Amino acid sequence: MNFWNDPLKVAAVWLEGIFTGWGMDAVLAHVLVVFLGVLLLITILMVLDIFLVWIERKVVARFQDRIGPNRLGPYGLMQPFADIIKLIIKEDTTPDGADKVVYNLAPILSMMSVLILWAIVPLAPVMLGVDLNVGLLYLVAAGAIGTLAIIMAGWSSNNKFALLGAFRQVAAMVSYEIPMVVALLIPTVLAGTMGMLGISEAQQGLWYVFLSPLGALIFLVSAVAELGRSPFDLSEGESEVVAGFHIEYSGMKFGWFYAGELLHAFTFGGFWGILFFGGYHFFGLENLGPLVAAAIVLFKALLGYWVIMWIKYTLMRIRIDHMLAFNWKFLVPLSLVVLMVTALLNTLLRDASTWVMGLSMFLSNALIAWITVEILRGRSRAEREKMEGPAQAALEAVNH
Amino acid sequence: MAILFLITAVVILASAMMVVTSRNLVHAALWLVSALFGVAVLYALLNAGFLAVVQVVIYIGAIAILFIFAVMLTRREMRETGPGLNKNWWVSALVSLLVFGGLAFLLSNWSGFSQTSAELPSGFDAVSALGDALISPDAFVLPFEVASVLLVTALVGAVYIAFNRK
Repeated sequence: MNFWNDPLKVAAVWLEGIFTGWGMDAVLAHVLVVFLGVLLLITILMVLDIFLVWIERKVVARFQDRIGPNRLGPYGLMQPFADIIKLIIKEDTTPDGADKVVYNLAPILSMMSVLILWAIVPLAPVMLGVDLNVGLLYLVAAGAIGTLAIIMAGWSSNNKFALLGAFRQVAAMVSYEIPMVVALLIPTVLAGTMGMLGISEAQQGLWYVFLSPLGALIFLVSAVAELGRSPFDLSEGESEVVAGFHIEYSGMKFGWFYAGELLHAFTFGGFWGILFFGGYHFFGLENLGPLVAAAIVLFKALLGYWVIMWIKYTLMRIRIDHMLAFNWKFLVPLSLVVLMVTALLNTLLRDASTWVMGLSMFLSNALIAWITVEILRGRSRAEREKMEGPAQAALEAVNH
Repeated sequence: MAILFLITAVVILASAMMVVTSRNLVHAALWLVSALFGVAVLYALLNAGFLAVVQVVIYIGAIAILFIFAVMLTRREMRETGPGLNKNWWVSALVSLLVFGGLAFLLSNWSGFSQTSAELPSGFDAVSALGDALISPDAFVLPFEVASVLLVTALVGAVYIAFNRK
């Protein structure tokens, strides 16, 4: 067994050998090694999270024609460390009448709901926490815990703005979960499995973004809504609910929410890359070794994160009724239609070659997109005539 | 496994106890979440990964959130005033003990009670077996379809009640 072919396994066997050499029980040594592996993964993610703050600030600066942090260290790289020191030594306040246990539990749950997602991320065929056969449902379940954390934070703060912000955010998250689940079913139908590894493997030939571009788009939109990022960042609103559910949090407790949000965006970028952009496949480059494959996955995750940032800093916040109407009247029916067409074509063309299958899938998606745009155009024309009709009549009355 | 089961069982029972005795309704709902999560852990211990994840998605992600919303939106004062237990508490304790005793007695007469569960063959995909069972005519297709018709009916009814006729 070569280290470069299976680094995690080799390291685990080596460590277990050391532990049992000390006279430790074999089962205990195994549990300890697994625990250390989890600790290592979380540490890497948290360190990455520190740099995500820097990346986010640099990218938003570029979008807004600024330079961003550039004073501390080369390219301002030390800035996030200074921010963290500030957050840690800041006074930790708890509002009067807050529900202390729930109030302190909420940031932990919020961060946890993001970190547990990485248990199922396949960085390479041999580098993943666990290949759950219900991987995609696990993704949804982790999101449910995040929703719970937000409502806990909003309620326990004893602040009406926090509560209102939490209500808005949770209403959005619960509704956008539906198109997300339906969009997640599309790779499931195409790959025939809900396991992340199986879905990655099945994209060896053709990435699913070519088979189902609409599915990829719906997943991205509902992921942005699930993250509570602009244009769907309803929990914030300076003139209405100030900062939303985390208004009362200060210091590192606010830091947990902030870091959790950034890592969540990065993670969903990663899932977008894994589910629709081939996972660790990149023109055969992944055959060079698991570390290269992991680098490919991280690169795709960063690219997905960049797309999410691009959306965030380009579009402005939309109203809550528009947001919910967009979900229930547009995204849910569209995602159901796409899912049905995909499932039908997948069954009909089971024996066809990859190219026939890919082409017909792509064309069917293009057809659905065209019909959708036509329906929307018709609707908007009708609305405009309804609005302009009386105005036109009034204008003519004045002229006569 | 046995240790994990005992810890989970104690957590579930304690949370369930807190659900009914907690004075604060939101706290009661949060304890309910803890109890439901414990049940999900039990499913996972029984190799029923699908049920465990669905338990979290449906009960914690949807039903518990709905409970918390309903509690927050319907009551002005989210605190019960009177004492958590009234003077009939011993009757309910007696009834629960009797039910527990009866169930334990029935189960102890069942032949599978003392058997250890058989190991799943390696490569056995429980999820696809479940999916096949749900749509195969000689298994559960009828209850499955009846449940979906019921849910659609409830959905249409909710829309009808909420629909604002101009």
